[in-house]
Amino acid sequence: MPVVVFGIAIIAVQLLTVFADRPQFMTQFTMTGYYSLVIIGLCLLMGYAGQISLGHAGFFAIGGYISAFLTTHDLTPYKDNIVLAALSKTGILTAAQDLYGGGSLVFHPWAAFITAIVITIAIAYVIGGPVLKLKGHYLAMATLGFGTIVYKLVLGTGFFGAADGLSDIPGFRILPGLEVSGKTGIRVQNYYIAWGLVVLGMLLLTNLIHSRVGRALRSIHSAEDAANAMGVNTTRYKLQIFVLSAVFAAMGGVFLTHYNGGIGPSEASIMKSVRYVAIVAIGGMANLWGALSMGIILNFLSLRGYFGSYDDAIFGAILIVIMLFAPEGLLRSEVLQGIKMRFSPGKGSGSKEA
Amino acid sequence: MNIELLSQYLVAGITYGTIYAIVAIGFNIIYNATGIINFAQGEFVMLGGMIAVSLHTIMPLPAAILAAVLATMIIGALIEVIFIRWLDNPSVLRMIIITIGISIFIREAALHIWGEGVRALPYFTGTEVTVFSIGDVHISPQVLWVTGVSAVIVLLLNFFFDYTLLGRQMRACSANRDAAQLCGISAKNMVTLSFILSAGIGALAGCVVSPITYVQYDSGTGLAIKGFTVAILGGLGNSTAAIAAGLLLGIIESFSVSLMPSAFKDVVSITILLLILFVRPSGIFGSAEASRLKEF
Repeated sequence: MPVVVFGIAIIAVQLLTVFADRPQFMTQFTMTGYYSLVIIGLCLLMGYAGQISLGHAGFFAIGGYISAFLTTHDLTPYKDNIVLAALSKTGILTAAQDLYGGGSLVFHPWAAFITAIVITIAIAYVIGGPVLKLKGHYLAMATLGFGTIVYKLVLGTGFFGAADGLSDIPGFRILPGLEVSGKTGIRVQNYYIAWGLVVLGMLLLTNLIHSRVGRALRSIHSAEDAANAMGVNTTRYKLQIFVLSAVFAAMGGVFLTHYNGGIGPSEASIMKSVRYVAIVAIGGMANLWGALSMGIILNFLSLRGYFGSYDDAIFGAILIVIMLFAPEGLLRSEVLQGIKMRFSPGKGSGSKEA
Repeated sequence: MNIELLSQYLVAGITYGTIYAIVAIGFNIIYNATGIINFAQGEFVMLGGMIAVSLHTIMPLPAAILAAVLATMIIGALIEVIFIRWLDNPSVLRMIIITIGISIFIREAALHIWGEGVRALPYFTGTEVTVFSIGDVHISPQVLWVTGVSAVIVLLLNFFFDYTLLGRQMRACSANRDAAQLCGISAKNMVTLSFILSAGIGALAGCVVSPITYVQYDSGTGLAIKGFTVAILGGLGNSTAAIAAGLLLGIIESFSVSLMPSAFKDVVSITILLLILFVRPSGIFGSAEASRLKEF
């Protein structure tokens, strides 16, 4: 049901921008869609598996940077290499044109996408194994450390463009006639691609949390030792959720990079990771729809520049205020619950379960 | 590598290591009193340096430093009173997010007050080119200030915790909050005091190191991560071990520059943090049995 409402809202927003004659808003809404992928993935990890991650911008950047690098790095000098020759026959490598019209040999976006996701999964497994054994401050610091390492590496590595990042990244042709890129002519198409992905992601995640896995996750969250004693393999579930949420973040990174045509080190910065955590917190930890709706509002306002130079301060303030007064999230704060109770007295007591 | 270069790296390592150790001690004081890791600890260091630089334009250096330390202590107290004091039994996750929020807030406030510019206090004695040499090793007098002030801080803290009534009350609170309260010690005041103390120590460290490392609105985050690494390396809550761990990390970091580009210097220390967390979260000097009792 919420998915249907959400779908209608997506169409309504597009129509509104047409009637309000603000087609340029589509760009920010599209970018918001890709950031929403990170947010719903992180919401699953934080809210349902109870694990904080201050390093999700790292996974976003891993996805974006790998895809950007593979689709722009010219392999022409090595084209006689046996492996590369075989790859270009299978279509994994394609010819592309650079800015100056010169030919170059690069990875096909699909090949780059799959490589980025596979590498993300590998890194998330390697990092997640030991990291998820930690709790509380230790987990927060370890994930923060991971995020910082990714940030410092992209900032200090020449072939990732150092402080400038990578640019001139080609569009991502998903299917013929369906391309993720920032060209104004296909703005509406890109809006629907982005939000189509978010809808797919939400369908996957809501099904997941209402399945056996979801119940196991909730048991981990409320009482990990008890869950363990009941035979729930808590370590395995936590790791799988961590990897899944990392994949969501990396997908957001890949698509947004192709959409923007570039990626810079700021996408990997700690502040970005903190921002994702802030949005999940304000939406309500274990509340996918809440996190998604807050993410849409805040990301859109931030991308449109409504917060000006107070952008980061706004997210810091959100973190403090929410954690002080409504640790369950804005949508579950006592004030809002009180209002809900008044309007539907019968359902009020059960609303915490939603 | 010749002896001269070796000792030069060593001096640099000791200087930075001492700074990390002081930040780690700030973490430890609050951790011992509350079980909270204050993610805004690095911001205290930045605030101390920034305020002192601003005040130095209107008053002599020692007065500026004193005023900066006092101002930061007041900020530390305010943070505790406004954000921490009235929370009953908050979850660790909640505390982490609140202190991260506070650190962002202080950083952004600093950005709007002081801008993005890099600032520094003048050298306490001599200038930046003044050196005195022991054999072939050249040492800036400011390095002696850093190590000297750190040593005094540690000695005074030890004295404070071991021999003064207030220090003992704080230790009693961290050892057993309920029992301490039964003895008439106000646990809440002790927590406030721990914030004041760690803010003051951080600010003093910020003043002393600013001629060498400079301060900028966002220099707190990096210091906080290094300080936390050192605190973990030494065993969370153990301030004497933090000094040894700080020197160790500083020296490792300093020598890493000879092996890889200096842009990756931070990566080395964070990798050490991750390895320690994975392999031995109780720290190299802590006992695994004792830390099993703690919540982590």
